[in-house]
Amino acid sequence: MRAEASITGQAPPALDPYKIRADFPILHQEINGHPLVYLDNAATTQKPAVVIDRVQQYYQLENSNIHRGVHTLSNRATDAYEGAREKVRAFINAQKTSEIIFVRGATEGINLLAHSFGEQYVKKGDEILISAMEHHSNIVPWQLLCERSGSRLRVIPMTLLGELDLEKYKRMLTSRTKLVALAHVSNALGTVNPVKEMIDLAHKKNIPVLLDGAQAAPHGPIDVQALGCDFYTFSGHKMYAPTGVGVLYGRRDLLVTLPPYQGGGDMIRSVTFGKTIYNDLPYKLEAGTPNIVGVIGLGAAIDYLEGIGMSPIAAHEQSLLEYANKKLLELEGLTIIGRAAKKAAVISFLLKDIHPHDVGTILDQQGIALRTGHHCAQPVMDFFKIPSTSRASFALYNTKEEIDNLIAGLKKIDEVFK
Amino acid sequence: MNMDLKQLYQEIILDHNKNPRNFKELDHATHHAEGYNPMCGDHYEVYLEVEAGRITDVGFKGAGCAISKSSASLMTSCLKGATIEEAKEMFQNFHRLLTEDMEPGELPGKLCKVEVLQGVKSFPTRIKCATLIWHTMNSALEGKEEVTTEG
Repeated sequence: MRAEASITGQAPPALDPYKIRADFPILHQEINGHPLVYLDNAATTQKPAVVIDRVQQYYQLENSNIHRGVHTLSNRATDAYEGAREKVRAFINAQKTSEIIFVRGATEGINLLAHSFGEQYVKKGDEILISAMEHHSNIVPWQLLCERSGSRLRVIPMTLLGELDLEKYKRMLTSRTKLVALAHVSNALGTVNPVKEMIDLAHKKNIPVLLDGAQAAPHGPIDVQALGCDFYTFSGHKMYAPTGVGVLYGRRDLLVTLPPYQGGGDMIRSVTFGKTIYNDLPYKLEAGTPNIVGVIGLGAAIDYLEGIGMSPIAAHEQSLLEYANKKLLELEGLTIIGRAAKKAAVISFLLKDIHPHDVGTILDQQGIALRTGHHCAQPVMDFFKIPSTSRASFALYNTKEEIDNLIAGLKKIDEVFK
Repeated sequence: MNMDLKQLYQEIILDHNKNPRNFKELDHATHHAEGYNPMCGDHYEVYLEVEAGRITDVGFKGAGCAISKSSASLMTSCLKGATIEEAKEMFQNFHRLLTEDMEPGELPGKLCKVEVLQGVKSFPTRIKCATLIWHTMNSALEGKEEVTTEG
């Protein structure tokens, strides 16, 4: 994430989370007799009314299939869908709209690439480089590719702070390396990886880089051209949009060389039983009727975020991170897992020897939602020799008051287990 | 703390979590199985010594939440001296107690004091925590080495 504030030396305008909360209908309810404190944003975020209304408006006034009808509704749907593609392009500062491929989520974005890039470029004896802090979504598709192609998966190690070992990384970039696939921000530890530096190092050896931006895109400005990444993927539902929609960005000169991921409608120009001619980008990689309403909802979410500004969002979340860190560490017997110098607003922690599932249940009874478990990052848990953690992850609508509620909730757990 | 939570984390459960009974490997186990809940990482091993159809000793090792560990501790306390048939009946009854609309009195046959875990029923996401060890024990008796809560 680019912290614009530090580049310009000016603090971005402060964000008022209480004003923002008014935009999110779901937040105004009680859970188990307490006001909802939603701290599971790394799993999924809540949706603002503008997104919910946009989805409803689509079904009430525009619903139709895209790219094929001559009738008015089909035109409306197509315009809204393609309009969202342009919003995404601008949001991540891609050069062309044809570089924006709509998928179901970051998981599908990675699977698409593992399939199409793998088929085109990865042969027996080649290597794919991932890191020790990847989500299962950025491990398993590559393992499957390695099994298919006879290539090898190599893992950039991390330190006990939860930072990648760049010296070892440099040595792992060789002529056998065909792709580096890397989390921009770790979902389990919150680490913001030095992706710009890592991309530059890979590019020196002409190795393309995929960034898994699922935990980065919702929380700060993304500029794929400034980063120089070759591929970038993220999920809509983690950035205030509906579930079932995501984006794979790819540099056009690379995307045109990739074979299709799936065959079906929309991705073809002409079909005979003898031969099929594929459509142009981005449609070549979008087979079948897509999640039209999801894409349009994602467009509405981007409008909403840009109305607030990604830099103020990043600054607000950093202030929550600092406050939560300080308050949590005041609790006796609390350990934070993942202490990288640069972190997003994600905190994994352990409270004494109390199991995270017990922590999660007792907090839930106080209206506080956080995630407990291995966070789909079992190798990270194995590295720290723990089965699971509790994880609080913050979003633009969270407040310091809610962090105080979390702390009070954790103190109650301590009392139960005394 | 609300009533459901008090029921879930009552003293006897917290005690078994803190001081689990029969928390040991058995050197001469005739039956053994490993149980794993991939959703939360709870992981236990159950050891049984069976002689002439009767469980003469039982132990468990592993790690997990307070509910899974106390359930394991309570289960092992109940199984010592039980016949294989009784153990299986207890397993069925325990399972029904947590998954069906049943009161302890309505269940046929033997049900040991594990009924203190009935409070788990109010927490559907935690039922597997309580039943994991019983599934593992049942697998051990049936000669299966591994069991998971998924699939």
